[in-house]
Amino acid sequence: MATESPLQQFTIHPLADIHIGRIDLSFTNSALMMLVAAAIVTGVMVAAGSQGKLVPGRLQAAVETLYEFIANMVEENVGAEGRQYFPFLFTLFMFVLLGNLLGMIPYSFTFTSHIIVTFALAATVFIGVTLIGIARHGFHFLSLFAPHGVPKVLLLLLVPIELLSYCIRPFTLSIRLFANMVAGHTMLTIFAGFTGSLGIFFFAPIVMDSALVLLEFLVAVLQAYVFTILSCLYIKDAIHLH
Amino acid sequence: MDLASAKMIGAGLACIALVGAGIGIGNVFSALINSLARNPSAQVTTWAFLGFALAEATGLFGLLIAFMILFAF
Repeated sequence: MATESPLQQFTIHPLADIHIGRIDLSFTNSALMMLVAAAIVTGVMVAAGSQGKLVPGRLQAAVETLYEFIANMVEENVGAEGRQYFPFLFTLFMFVLLGNLLGMIPYSFTFTSHIIVTFALAATVFIGVTLIGIARHGFHFLSLFAPHGVPKVLLLLLVPIELLSYCIRPFTLSIRLFANMVAGHTMLTIFAGFTGSLGIFFFAPIVMDSALVLLEFLVAVLQAYVFTILSCLYIKDAIHLH
Repeated sequence: MDLASAKMIGAGLACIALVGAGIGIGNVFSALINSLARNPSAQVTTWAFLGFALAEATGLFGLLIAFMILFAF
């Protein structure tokens, strides 16, 4: 058994104490990693975009691949009207992706492993999507909760279900990302903790951990992708209703 | 029964959720292999990975409850 809790890696500790009145605004390791993620995304994008060669170099090609990846996703899922939401979705994708990937560096901190961070992102998407829907369709937006061609009697059952599934979206969206990150990193720590206690079989957890690290990289990219594509689908729902 | 052992049993029970995730992930990839074997040019791999992530997440909700039982209370 590991002597310390495997959840210890997720503790937030302040790097610089800032208190305004009774509000704790300390600059924490979580905030630092967010700044690093934002700085890396901005730096790479600006460095790749400022040259703007017709025949792209390596960096520019990589950034263009990412750009096209998200642009195609928005195009396919939302359609031409989705273009105006592309900057938001691209920023969201890069931020979550960098958060997940920076967490894979040993002894660093995964800010997406905190429910409040992912919930803030998901709530932004949810509130934004609801406002877009209401702004575009007014009261007609409510027809999102009543599928077409359903008998009137069934609507009594379906409308509450649709309403509920709409309202739990920010929770499922945020818990999915947060639980994946927490479970993955905890699993790595727990397996690593077996190394000392297994005696001559010490190599088994190391082999397992090496495989799990690969899986975690897959999950890190995949969850950023899933977060973005689900945001895309929610925006599609708000624009096209059903 | 004291609280500590009840916690352990509860955490173990919460992990039963992973049965469903296992079935779901198996289903997703069996369907992917099936469709790719029938039509190798089918563009379904991204959807399969989306399905994998969604199915995996449901199991993680159960795992999360196990963690909460063990460490949060």
